[in-house]
Amino acid sequence: MRQVRLPRRLLLGAGLGLAAAPLARRVSAADPLKVGFVYVGPITDNGWTYRHDVGRRDLEAALGDRVQTSYVENVPEGPDCERVLRQLAQSGHGLIFTTSFGFMEATLRVARQFPNVKFEHATGYKRAPNVATYNARFYEGRAVCGTLAGHLSKSGLVGYIGSFPIPEVVMGVNAFTLAMQKIRPDARIKLVWVNSWNDPGKEADAAKALFDQGCDIMCQHTDSAAPMQQAEQRGLMAFGQAADQSAFGPNAQLTAIIDNWGPHYIERAKAVLDGTWASQDTWNGLAHGEVEMAPYGPRVTPEAAAAADAVKQGIIDGTLHPFTGPIVDQKGVEQIAAGAVATDEQMAQMNWWVPGVEGQLG
Amino acid sequence: MLRVEPRREASPALTWATPVLAVVLTIVTGFFLFLLLGVDPLAALYAMFVSPLASVYGLSELCLKATPLILCATGLAIGFRAGVWNIGAEGQLILGAIFGGGIGLFWSPALGPLALPVMCLFGVLGGMLWAAIPAFLKTRLGVNEILTSLMLTYVAVLVLSTLVYGPWKDPQGYGFPQTQFFTDISPWTEIPLLLPETRLHWGFALTLLIVAGAWLFVTRSLVGFQVRVIGLAPDAAAFAGFSRTRIIWLTMLLSGGLAGLAGLLEVAGPIGQIVPTISPGYGFTAIIVAFLGRLHPLGLVAAGFLMALSFIGGENAQVEASLPQATTGVFQGLLLFWVLACDFLARYRIRLAQPAVGRAVP
Repeated sequence: MRQVRLPRRLLLGAGLGLAAAPLARRVSAADPLKVGFVYVGPITDNGWTYRHDVGRRDLEAALGDRVQTSYVENVPEGPDCERVLRQLAQSGHGLIFTTSFGFMEATLRVARQFPNVKFEHATGYKRAPNVATYNARFYEGRAVCGTLAGHLSKSGLVGYIGSFPIPEVVMGVNAFTLAMQKIRPDARIKLVWVNSWNDPGKEADAAKALFDQGCDIMCQHTDSAAPMQQAEQRGLMAFGQAADQSAFGPNAQLTAIIDNWGPHYIERAKAVLDGTWASQDTWNGLAHGEVEMAPYGPRVTPEAAAAADAVKQGIIDGTLHPFTGPIVDQKGVEQIAAGAVATDEQMAQMNWWVPGVEGQLG
Repeated sequence: MLRVEPRREASPALTWATPVLAVVLTIVTGFFLFLLLGVDPLAALYAMFVSPLASVYGLSELCLKATPLILCATGLAIGFRAGVWNIGAEGQLILGAIFGGGIGLFWSPALGPLALPVMCLFGVLGGMLWAAIPAFLKTRLGVNEILTSLMLTYVAVLVLSTLVYGPWKDPQGYGFPQTQFFTDISPWTEIPLLLPETRLHWGFALTLLIVAGAWLFVTRSLVGFQVRVIGLAPDAAAFAGFSRTRIIWLTMLLSGGLAGLAGLLEVAGPIGQIVPTISPGYGFTAIIVAFLGRLHPLGLVAAGFLMALSFIGGENAQVEASLPQATTGVFQGLLLFWVLACDFLARYRIRLAQPAVGRAVP
């Protein structure tokens, strides 16, 4: 698309009989880099989108006048995303972050039409010369949570609320289960799918059903704080998701996996400003601070805290990998050989379940 | 004391003037709202209502966004005229996408150049099938079609999820929930573009043809006359021997078929593949479009464009004027409020009344 669009101020100015704005604005070194963010949810979701927006604000705080950010929230995954992206690219944004898997194809299509604009797509796997991908190693946080659950669960049965059976979610369930079984070999996970990333009603119902079946700890891969509130009401325990949810469960929250996107946003915006940006896949975790653990809650015993800290430190040091073989799936097939650790590719395509996970496995 | 009394007859001019007046009042209210919020009202209104129309590309996007809204609303409006309340166009749209898209995925190589017409046909059939269930329940068992058609929407979403997360998943897609692209399977599945360099396809032209056909059907055909009579005066229709059962079947299948076609045009057009979220609620928004357009084909084309503009304008306002996404909702709410208020005043008059004796004041 190479059509001429009149500057907005010119049209307005002419309409009002005021002085016309300059016809064209030349980009100079002093101009800030415009960074755009496309969100799938509202910035008030207390989870996924909220944390991306915190990252955006971190970026503004860190780089000040050198960047100018804008965001579009609640963008549906579908044809609308393409229009929003094009709008951002046309209005002078030099770097655009698309923060949901469903934006992948739209990001690639618009990127082809705007080769000078840099795009970064979260959680996807397709890249292009001006499209990079990024994600965080949340499974590392799941291993820390699983360790706590192994020490603190009385029934040995943990409820897990899943969104959709994609590799990201499967990876988290398996990492959690393996870590828990290291402490308590008979531990089992009851998995329930709610087919949504954010549906407080369904999530609360799932939590109730799982607690009724004897689970005493709740883990979730959905975005709302409803399961945490259920755990608090019943005097049981839960892990926060995406953000510290201790406000919703001051006694129930054991810890939470906190998404911390700020460092990545700052690093990549700097790279564009310095002219060193290149398409790449970024997958950082606890060691780089993209995944953080919330402070332990009141129910965490000193023994459990020490074990969890050890796992966290091991992952940061590189001495411990949550997927270290031998790992056999539920069908008895060896997925990771003894002594080996899962490669990034194996994890990114994970579609098998470790023994001890129960439920409708997709 | 104020008294509300019905006007003897609403003037036709007033009936058509009220929606226009409502739009004007919405913009005026919005102006003052922005002023109160400390936002430059002219710049904000410009971003919302003018800038999407200021380029050929913007106009093409408006037409693209309005296509499914107009298509669904055309079918629904005919049903609403007959007092048949199909609330489930969203589900019928999804089934159309599944049926037509399924043809594209599995049979398009065998069909050759016939692929797209057959996909469209099956899109219509899929929507009809989903609408046939409430029609059957209504005519045979007297079950309220509002409830059944609405609830079937959620079933449709689950059917779609089951397929996209399960058997229809792209084998090369790393386990992510989406099918292959139709054009990767057969080039004949592509809908030709109406305007080069845009996303606007021939589905838009087809939609306008269908609207014209619907207009002729309602105003010129005997069945169209029966539809109107059954809606306006059910007893008179029964006395005249018009079959209500037949009209229920006809309007349900018609509205379901058009919604199904809308779904197919979305997946075969701008999306290009089947994904878990096909529509951001077009089937529901179409209900508003139908009523805003006075259930009249020309009216609902205008209403479809207006709703499309409010969505696109809301995105623009976020990018260009840094307004929150809630602005879109507020404007749509304002618009409906003013439409209802103007309608009320067109049908009733408010009088300063003398104290009435023995008469209830509404």
